[in-house]
Amino acid sequence: MERPLTKDIKSDGSYLNIKEYEKAGGYAALRKVIKGMSPAEVQETVRASKLKGRGGAGFSTGMKWSFVPMGEDAPKTKYLICNADEMEPGTFKDRVLLEGNPHQLIEGMIIASYAIQANISYVFLRWAYREAARVIQKSLNEAYEAGYLGEKILGSGFSLHMHLHTGVGRYMCGEETALLNALEGKRATPRAKPPFPQVSGLYGKPTIVNNVETLCCVPHIINNGPQWFIGLSKSEDSGTKIYGVSGKVNRPGAWELPMGVTMGELIEEYAGGMKNGYKLKGALPGGASTDFLTTEHMNVKMDFNSVAAAGSRLGTGTMIVMDDATCPVGFVHNLQHFFAQESCGWCTPCREGLPWVEKILLSLENGGGKEEDIGLLEMHGQLLGPGNTFCALAPGAMEPLQSAIKYFKDDFVEHIKKRGCPYN
Amino acid sequence: MLTQSEIKEIDHEIGLVPYKKAALIESLKIVQKHRGWISNESVTEIADYLELSPAEVDSVATFYNLIFRKPVGKHMILLCDSVSCYVMGYQKIYRALNEKLKIKFGETTTDKRFTLLPNVCLGCCDRAPALMVDEDLYRDVTIEQLDQILEKYV
Repeated sequence: MERPLTKDIKSDGSYLNIKEYEKAGGYAALRKVIKGMSPAEVQETVRASKLKGRGGAGFSTGMKWSFVPMGEDAPKTKYLICNADEMEPGTFKDRVLLEGNPHQLIEGMIIASYAIQANISYVFLRWAYREAARVIQKSLNEAYEAGYLGEKILGSGFSLHMHLHTGVGRYMCGEETALLNALEGKRATPRAKPPFPQVSGLYGKPTIVNNVETLCCVPHIINNGPQWFIGLSKSEDSGTKIYGVSGKVNRPGAWELPMGVTMGELIEEYAGGMKNGYKLKGALPGGASTDFLTTEHMNVKMDFNSVAAAGSRLGTGTMIVMDDATCPVGFVHNLQHFFAQESCGWCTPCREGLPWVEKILLSLENGGGKEEDIGLLEMHGQLLGPGNTFCALAPGAMEPLQSAIKYFKDDFVEHIKKRGCPYN
Repeated sequence: MLTQSEIKEIDHEIGLVPYKKAALIESLKIVQKHRGWISNESVTEIADYLELSPAEVDSVATFYNLIFRKPVGKHMILLCDSVSCYVMGYQKIYRALNEKLKIKFGETTTDKRFTLLPNVCLGCCDRAPALMVDEDLYRDVTIEQLDQILEKYV
């Protein structure tokens, strides 16, 4: 089984420096691109690989790049941004790549910048990833010294400057247009689309924002070709995926596996099954803003289309397991507390609706629940759903709530009947 | 008054962006690094320097979780309260910190040594519960380890 993204990551926790990365074949893809491929050819190669964005939305990376204006009439300044603001609760996959192999990301970013002819690039990193910040800054310095960054890269006509930007903590910064506002020194509120960032993004210039894992795939696609990348997968979606499992399992962790392993394989084989004395009750397959899957979904392939067909989303691919001793109402309350707190306040349904949902759930937990509360929660699921809000935060928040009511309704009813949490 | 070293660092950030206003978040980070927090005076000083209104500066300063508009202790404890840490029992760690330090979330110890804040997912869900003290990350935290962790920060 091939693990292109993680095979060179060292087990001692130290990062792969530039010498080690080059020895493992690093920066060969950049040389190949700079010496013999046009930007259009790079875009076409990535499009043909069917790479889909690994940040959660699963949009075709090649198609995203294709919206950037190219040619002589295109704006002279364009930006390529790596979204390394990993803050989705339950998600810890980008950390592995950032801390373990920063040059792989930098090489992917240089190639992506070349493909869209961007001349300025940022790594937008969350503050809390201190170790990642240290090794990325070191690696950027190494890459400049080696001539992979700066003016006239490897003697070509292509120049690129890359900066590390650390945020000051806000989940909203992960939304790509809010991220742009944060980079411009503003409140991280989302922007209206259109115009899309590919046309008018950072400082009004064409901008691509890609996730860490997405960009890390790029050098391997260039080196080995689109067919190889498609062949890595067990399903319709190509490539490998960094999957993770957290919760009361025997071996919580993250693993690079072929796209399309099943939920059962992840939990039983890789995470070692549930801890002694606990049973699986449900799981969020890809972070806090995905719908619950349950024991009936153990054969569902963890790829974008299959998880969607099962009523949820692959999201970030890092699964949060809920055991039978954890109260689903308390679990969902924790999630809604997070979403209510992190709502940027820009649009009314999200700003007003999420705290209301949080309060209802807390009152269920504390014994103040009324019969009509379940209906109220379901109504919020509709009113805060897709199409009613400015960005995906509130619709994402409603996914675990709605599916919790669907699969664990008895628990909600029990809270009302027993006037409190039966799990305490 | 912004100090010379603050101005020097802010000027460096202004040099990296197309216009002054875009250096606002960086300016807040710089002043907070030197002064520990962002007071009303700091807001006004940054506003004057970047040619913004104090309200504009405050709207950004109050938006971000890690810009502090109140004085904080010498060391910052960020305890993850997101869902994986919830499942793995961060609440027990929180209660133990309450007892040891006599502070709740958002409060500072009377000796100004520690401030305790909740933090969204620290991205160590496979080794929950997790917390940070200043720039140091601790994973698989148990109540028994807390004394040993805290005594490193004087």
